[in-house]
Amino acid sequence: MLGVGIVKGLAETARNFFGSFVDKERLVTVQFPEERLPVSESARNFPFLIYDGDDKEQGLRCVACQICEKECPPRCITIEKSKDKKPDFVGKQQFYPAVFDIDVSVCMSCQICVEVCPFDAIRMDNAFELSTTDRFAALLWSKDKLSLPNEHYLAIHPTEAAEVEARRAEEKAQAEAKKQPPVAK
Amino acid sequence: MTQSAPTEAGQDELMEISMGPQHPSTHGVFRMDVRLDGERVLRLKPVFGYLHRNHEKIAEGASYLAAIPYTDRLDYLCSMTNNWGYALAVEKLAGLTVPERAEYIRVIVAELTRLQNHAGMAGFLLQDMGASGTPLMYAFREREKVLDLFESLSGARMMCNYMRFGGVRVDCSAEWLSQTAKLVGTFGGFLDEFEKLLTGNEILMARTQGVGVLPRELAINAGITGPGLRASGVNYDLRKVDRYGVYDRFAFRVPLGEHGDVFDRYMMRVLEMRESLKILEQALRDIPGGPIMDPKARLRGLRPKAGEAYARVESPKGELGFYLISDGSTNPYRYRVRPPSLINLTVLEDMCLGHNIADVVVILGSIDIVMGEVDR
Repeated sequence: MLGVGIVKGLAETARNFFGSFVDKERLVTVQFPEERLPVSESARNFPFLIYDGDDKEQGLRCVACQICEKECPPRCITIEKSKDKKPDFVGKQQFYPAVFDIDVSVCMSCQICVEVCPFDAIRMDNAFELSTTDRFAALLWSKDKLSLPNEHYLAIHPTEAAEVEARRAEEKAQAEAKKQPPVAK
Repeated sequence: MTQSAPTEAGQDELMEISMGPQHPSTHGVFRMDVRLDGERVLRLKPVFGYLHRNHEKIAEGASYLAAIPYTDRLDYLCSMTNNWGYALAVEKLAGLTVPERAEYIRVIVAELTRLQNHAGMAGFLLQDMGASGTPLMYAFREREKVLDLFESLSGARMMCNYMRFGGVRVDCSAEWLSQTAKLVGTFGGFLDEFEKLLTGNEILMARTQGVGVLPRELAINAGITGPGLRASGVNYDLRKVDRYGVYDRFAFRVPLGEHGDVFDRYMMRVLEMRESLKILEQALRDIPGGPIMDPKARLRGLRPKAGEAYARVESPKGELGFYLISDGSTNPYRYRVRPPSLINLTVLEDMCLGHNIADVVVILGSIDIVMGEVDR
């Protein structure tokens, strides 16, 4: 009979409509920005640089090896190596980036810089409300804006950060052991 | 924008319409030059290239690794299958093998991609037909659940950048697998609901049955692949033909259509989603433990020996192929994509001739194109 399919479909719509009053599963709308969903632990948006301790300049992990600059698919990273060196977390003298810029209008959030970084210095942030009215200067993030404390990393990616922390603690212990020759046998 | 065709006598009755590139039903920036006699289509010329982003040349200038995020942006609804096609080609070139667990994860994410792509396609098709809102919203409600799974696995909902040569980037947790199993358990209910809402609907049948028929011979000759080909009754599914990955271990059927019209193409999607659920159930049951990367694989500085490789996967839209030539350096000498959307689009005129202008929108929707892949 003509119209049976339409009536069946409307019954389905009605079931969903009235069901949304009692069933949370059917009510999927989130009233952003008043209501917010929790951000997934692995969610990524733009990269940031990690520094240890309180001093942005001294604690910066990046040693300006420029691997991320070379591997970045859209080439949005610009690094200038420093002339002098500073000690890293195990006490080894390393270069540091005199300039570290990321053009976030070009960055495509692919995470390849994070994967290739041998120093755990760059990680993905999950901040997403970043709109600005300035198309150019406000979207070129300099070292100062990119540097965030290690605590921030521990807070947004706890599982991954715990692994990194354990590995770095081990490296540090090994370096300490090397520095101090074993006491007389 | 209208203009009359002045040449032949009587031709000034005809109307030429430029549909697109900013038309909401063209699924992106796609234009059709349509010549109409009243409402009947006499000629249709597809015009594309508005979204050309130089994908192939960029990949030739980038390292093998750096091209993976760009493949996400080909068919931006199905980044996982795009990654897989490209990873397969590079693995062939570099002689890498993929561990068991990674193969299973690849199958799981590829079938989830198929679910969300087909759900979205069916929703958009109904939206194009004028079923404004409801089917699309229901489909997107389910699609969102798949995208949430992708986000918790890979970090991004759509631009996943998940597969690597010789495996996958991160391992999935037991919790993620149980969440996926939960989704697979409830998705069948959504399909029942969706079919109750639509499949028997008289308006849908009137708009789709006998519309945009693609004859079997034409489909084969034009190189159509994917659900569009199977709707015309040709049994050709790369998951069965090539049996790439571990697809030979799963029991599933390939749905086939009879008439090759828009209704069959819509039904293909619904039935394929049901088959994908079967594959997912088996994969989630059988997934082994173990490593997720080939120990020989290196992330940076991959230099495959000189040679060429072609690898193809059954993406939700059809055969997605990647052709690579290596000259032994860190970036491919030649990189070429065989996009299913572009080749499926070539028969648009044949399907539309003689139909009304309103059907053009429906026929285009039933091909399921993504302009990111057509123009590259």
